Amino acid sequence: MIRVQARTEPSTLMTFASPFLAIVLTLIFGSVLFSALGKDPIQALHVLLVLPLSDAYNISEMLVKMGPLLLCAVGLSLCYRANMWNIGAEGQLLAGALGGSAMALQFVDSDSALAMPLTLFAGILSGMAWAAIPTYLKTKFNSNLILTTIMLNYIALYLLIWAVHGPLRDPAGFGFPESALFSDATLLPVLFDSGRVHLGVVLAVLLALVAWFLLSKSHLGFKIRVYGADEPAATYAGFNAKAISWFVMLFAGALAGLAGVAEVAGPIGQLTPNISPGYGYSAIIVAYLGRLHPAGAIIAATFLAILYMGGDLAQIEMGIPIAVVGMFQGVLLFFLLACDFFIRYRIVPSRENMA
Amino acid sequence: MSETLKKQNSSPRLELLNITKQYPGCLANDQICMTLMPGEIHALLGENGAGKSTLVKTIYGVVSPDSGQIIWDGHEVDIKSPSIARDLGIGMVFQHFSLFETLTVAQNIELCLSKEQLSEIGNLAQRIRDLSKAYGLNVDPERYVHSLSIGERQRVEIMRCLVQSVKLLILDEPTSVLTPQEVAGLFTVLRQLSSEGCSILFISHKLHEVTEICHNATILRGGKFVGDCEPANETPATIAKMMVGDLAEQDAGYEKAHGQEMIFAAKNLTLASKNPFGTSLKAVNFELLKGEILGIAGVAGNGQEELMSIISGEDSRSLKNVLTLDGADLGVLSAGARRKSGLAYVPEERLGRGAVPEMSLSENTLLTHSRGFVKSGLVNWAAVKEYAKSLINQYSVKCHGEFSEAKSLSGGNLQKFIMGREIGQNPKVLICAHPTWGVDVGAALAIHQALLQLRDQGAAILLISEDIDELFLLADRMAAVCDGHLSPVVRTEDTSIDQIGQWMAGTFINDSNSSEALT
Repeated sequence: MIRVQARTEPSTLMTFASPFLAIVLTLIFGSVLFSALGKDPIQALHVLLVLPLSDAYNISEMLVKMGPLLLCAVGLSLCYRANMWNIGAEGQLLAGALGGSAMALQFVDSDSALAMPLTLFAGILSGMAWAAIPTYLKTKFNSNLILTTIMLNYIALYLLIWAVHGPLRDPAGFGFPESALFSDATLLPVLFDSGRVHLGVVLAVLLALVAWFLLSKSHLGFKIRVYGADEPAATYAGFNAKAISWFVMLFAGALAGLAGVAEVAGPIGQLTPNISPGYGYSAIIVAYLGRLHPAGAIIAATFLAILYMGGDLAQIEMGIPIAVVGMFQGVLLFFLLACDFFIRYRIVPSRENMA
Repeated sequence: MSETLKKQNSSPRLELLNITKQYPGCLANDQICMTLMPGEIHALLGENGAGKSTLVKTIYGVVSPDSGQIIWDGHEVDIKSPSIARDLGIGMVFQHFSLFETLTVAQNIELCLSKEQLSEIGNLAQRIRDLSKAYGLNVDPERYVHSLSIGERQRVEIMRCLVQSVKLLILDEPTSVLTPQEVAGLFTVLRQLSSEGCSILFISHKLHEVTEICHNATILRGGKFVGDCEPANETPATIAKMMVGDLAEQDAGYEKAHGQEMIFAAKNLTLASKNPFGTSLKAVNFELLKGEILGIAGVAGNGQEELMSIISGEDSRSLKNVLTLDGADLGVLSAGARRKSGLAYVPEERLGRGAVPEMSLSENTLLTHSRGFVKSGLVNWAAVKEYAKSLINQYSVKCHGEFSEAKSLSGGNLQKFIMGREIGQNPKVLICAHPTWGVDVGAALAIHQALLQLRDQGAAILLISEDIDELFLLADRMAAVCDGHLSPVVRTEDTSIDQIGQWMAGTFINDSNSSEALT
């Protein structure tokens, strides 16, 4: 017989091994699933995980998906470090896309040098504004952040759908729910001639490094870590809880907003109803897979981007439904949380006399 | 063994032979032997971490030993669980009571009795009343536990053991929560039980209590048996020596200081508690003078927690014109701003409040001491580490280094570290709660000396403690709290343990109310 025993201290080994163990378990689970679907599991995993890295085009498409995942995940990592359970990156991303598009549409026939910076700025501000609503409710009325941020995700989505059907719809678009195409001056510069890798991807990596620096070197980052690790100690030390809450939420909102505006002003080039395949939700998995560390988020975002890309390819190459990607993500989070259990607990053989 | 016990000498009630218990990374009990006779009051002594708790938990069936034998009334027994222990006639009163506040005394006691025991007893309430009378416990079976004082709750726990016709009663630091008068009452009960043949195993830190009541004492150090003695033939000093080894110095008396200039004042501080089970503060008035220690005595839960959190600013409600520090209105500042204006604070809970458990000592240094280490928002970690190292050296904090996590330190060492960190900020006023609670004798001495040194440098110290001996040792002036009221403040040499004990029980409250009415 075996029994579960609390470790005397959390295992450092398991903290780092847990994401990899979870990935391996997810892949084993996936193989079984593909076999059940009548697909060759080896080929399926090859398409899902290896093919996205096989040529320059696929890699660039993978990086395009990695950008918004990383931006949202870095913001969320900071929030979660401070015990602010922000599930609203998706809504903040959509708000950023909406706000940014509203600005971009002012420059449809313009080649002003201000078009791109102002569009980004508007997107970032919109993301922050969307994050400010639940933060205000939390700091003022102590409302549940998880609930308010989730609800605001839906409000943002329907606001965006309303906008593309109404005020932001292209008058010359034959009634399709899409905005006019943005002018070239508005679009983010593409880095390489082939592929769609744009400035937003670089900004994402840079901001992850900034967040890393902030957490490890700044006094504010230290306060965030204390606040998340031990709230009574933060209160005892006299840290301003509201200021910390506001900072992490606005930071996360700004990054998610940037992710949103960089999508519409980047690879998409206009506002459409489907600008995010759930980046804001997947970013929660990225944040945890990256151990709430901005550098870990870079690795984790790359992995999830590969999975997104692989899902597209599996649909094309093998006729595997795209829903498989969502399921893979869910199973991954499930295994990750299960493996994280072993950071604090271990399984030992039970002794006879402990009956 | 004392003469009286030898006369009624029969076979031992309990014998422990070579009890050994290994925890991961810690040998808690190493081949411990102990004998208890019927009617014997036996003290189990040792510093924190000496293995006392593990040993009594072994007897009570909470912990199963790795090896060794337990002989009960001449038969070897295997006590697998507390219910087996209770069936044998072993009762235990834990330091933290296990009573349901929403149930009555009788219901609480009923909960831990088996069906057979209940039918044997018949009318439980009557039995409780009878026992209450016989032992002078004054326990009313119909009262709800939430309406009982701490001392009364302890008597309910003892009653719970008595109802089960206990042959061995284990008490884990029973006096730490009692006023001196309540302690005297407890001792009367224990003596009566002992005279009726009940054995008592008594765990305590307070050596004068041990010399007063116990027939024999077993002393543990670092999980090992180091000796036994008849406390009546020893002095607290000689016992302390056995507990800590020969190296420890003793706390001698210290000279009392006279403060001169007022630095901090609380004027008519009245505040409802945030916690529904907390204690509201009622018209608390006191002043702190530079270069003195003001000691506040009181049984836990009489408003100390509320008083500290409103002074420190952790309770963020702002109060105008109630608290002043150096002439400035402290009550309207945030906790951080209060620190900046010269207030430092050593809280009761070290881990989880005074220090972040998962953070290193250098990070925990920065927790409250950021002056000089933060420039334009960035932390100079190298300087913080150097400073943490110097704190560790200066206060002889036993740890691997400044990178050690706070939770890896023993309570006493962490307390020395926190004390050093707060003192290192050169505070004008230091609030210090239960500075040596659960701390070993050596560390307590170091902490006392650090406090006195800070006082002599001209700081004002508010010392809140449940340990009356410590207050008399350190405080220059004293007061007591009871139910949110603060007693008059008197010079320590003008008062007595007896008077402070009465104040802790609230005898001053009516006097002060009537005097208030006059003014």
